[in-house]
Amino acid sequence: MLGYVLRRVAVGFAMLLALSLLIFILLRLTPGDPIDAFINPNVAMTDAEMAAVRARLGLDQPLPVQYLRWARSAVSGDLGYSLQRNGETVLGLIAQRIGPTVLLMGAAILIAIVLGISGGVIGAVRRNSPADLGLSVVAFFGISSPAFLTALLGLYVFSVLLGWAPSGGMLTPGAPFSVADLLAHLILPALLLAIGQTALIMRYMRASLLEVLNQDYVRTARAKGVREFWVIVKHATRNALLPVVTLIGSTIGLAIGGAIFLESIFNWPGMGLLLITSVETRDYPVIMGATLVVGACVIAVNLATDLAYALIDPRIKVG
Amino acid sequence: MAIAGLLQRHAKGPLARAVRRFAANGAALAGLAILLAMLALILAGPAFLAHQPNDIDLLAINQPPGGEHLLGTDGVGRDVLARLLEGGRISMLVATVSVAISLVIGFIVGSVAAMGGRFLDGLLMRGVDLAMTLPPVIFLLVLASITGAGIGSTILVIALLSWPVLSRMVRSRLLELRERDFVVAARGMGAGLGHLLWRHGLPNSIDILVVYATLQIAAAILLEAGLSFLGLGVPPPDASWGNMLNAARSSIVLERAPWQWMSPGAALVITVLAINFVGDGLRDAFDPRSDL
Repeated sequence: MLGYVLRRVAVGFAMLLALSLLIFILLRLTPGDPIDAFINPNVAMTDAEMAAVRARLGLDQPLPVQYLRWARSAVSGDLGYSLQRNGETVLGLIAQRIGPTVLLMGAAILIAIVLGISGGVIGAVRRNSPADLGLSVVAFFGISSPAFLTALLGLYVFSVLLGWAPSGGMLTPGAPFSVADLLAHLILPALLLAIGQTALIMRYMRASLLEVLNQDYVRTARAKGVREFWVIVKHATRNALLPVVTLIGSTIGLAIGGAIFLESIFNWPGMGLLLITSVETRDYPVIMGATLVVGACVIAVNLATDLAYALIDPRIKVG
Repeated sequence: MAIAGLLQRHAKGPLARAVRRFAANGAALAGLAILLAMLALILAGPAFLAHQPNDIDLLAINQPPGGEHLLGTDGVGRDVLARLLEGGRISMLVATVSVAISLVIGFIVGSVAAMGGRFLDGLLMRGVDLAMTLPPVIFLLVLASITGAGIGSTILVIALLSWPVLSRMVRSRLLELRERDFVVAARGMGAGLGHLLWRHGLPNSIDILVVYATLQIAAAILLEAGLSFLGLGVPPPDASWGNMLNAARSSIVLERAPWQWMSPGAALVITVLAINFVGDGLRDAFDPRSDL
């Protein structure tokens, strides 16, 4: 088991290293000269002065050396400076924005897990009933419609037509901070973000539970006289959950993609909005820093999923 | 009699069997019908319309549907229906061209990984792993920020994003194929990599390619729409379903002129659903293990 954990962690680090290399190469492909940002447009600079700036920034070194310098400062948390936002540090910008994104995504994932698993259980237990069919149709549309469309429609219906929820932002501007205000702003985008994942989890859970319900130990439990409710909850659902755990881990990428659109539509001040505005203004250091952080998170989540799976399912042979 | 029937059934190749199974699938046929109707409308519709997609009529801005403009007009008085059809053409163009490019890349990478020896295999597959680490939308944004907006660069970005999954499927199919007798024989007689891929690899993975291409066109339409929705894909004044939806980022359009964004949204969902039905139908039809 320890060997397996160590090997998976090593693979995760290797992926992170490769990702940083990819991001560095992409950074070099971006249009424009990196020293443009350091040139004062009101002062004519001579070639010798430009060369001095280049040397000071290490841009006269060969690319591998530049990569090592960049990687060393990235590890120590120095991701460079924003080109557009008065030279704020990239790390500072990300630190401001990561909290709201984690809140939004955490809420959405929680909703998706609760609704998806209970929907899947209902679908499997009441197989082919009207409830099952209804849930299947909802899941089908949830998987097929893109996040930005459900978000627009949800915003229009619940916020514009019905007026149940505020139409954007994280807090009411000017009002003192209160948890109720935050929740009121959070609930609609979180629900809309959860739709795609809920649908996936629901379909998976339903299929998994249907398979488990045919197993001998479920029949044994019923024959022993265990009440149906406990058969479902204790014997069947717990075992059916195993494959769903992996699915939840692998849908994180999907949730991140959806979060970008939801943050843009609901003006949610998170990483997605930061990334979009940075792409619009060509703020490359911020784009690359944010990508590196998001990539590192995805790698970490995948690692955690693999490890959790190995821990909870004794049938998985590791080593 | 029984033998004759058996022979006759054998005479039909796998392709004929796939067609028969596809024809027996109601959802897939419905999807195909909707898709063909949509295509006919997109391609032939403009000939019957009085308005061009970029005709600006400042005397008729933000008109609700009905009357002269069947689906209303947008903020500068352009006909929504004409732009919807034009947008459909551009969305389809972007999707089919980018899928064609990613088919070529995906097939070559996957088959070279399978046939080209262990070192190449390891190298290419780690590259695929890496390309699949980043969430697609993030990757899309990063690439779009480098290439800039435009139809050509949108095609390129989507194509670059979509091939890794295909290359994995092709690789696993060809790894199996590589050990089959006729391929071993071909290699024994000195067949080169090109011959192996072209004469044995391609015909034996054609079903994967067809199914992937169909489903990926739906995915590419969504990616294009998402990118254009964020203002990073097809730039105005060209219409696309995504950049028509982009108008709804203004709360005035969202609240007061829902026809401007609901019609491209509906067109998007209907088209993607129809293509997905067709793709699922094709997958079932080609899969010898699935019972219909």
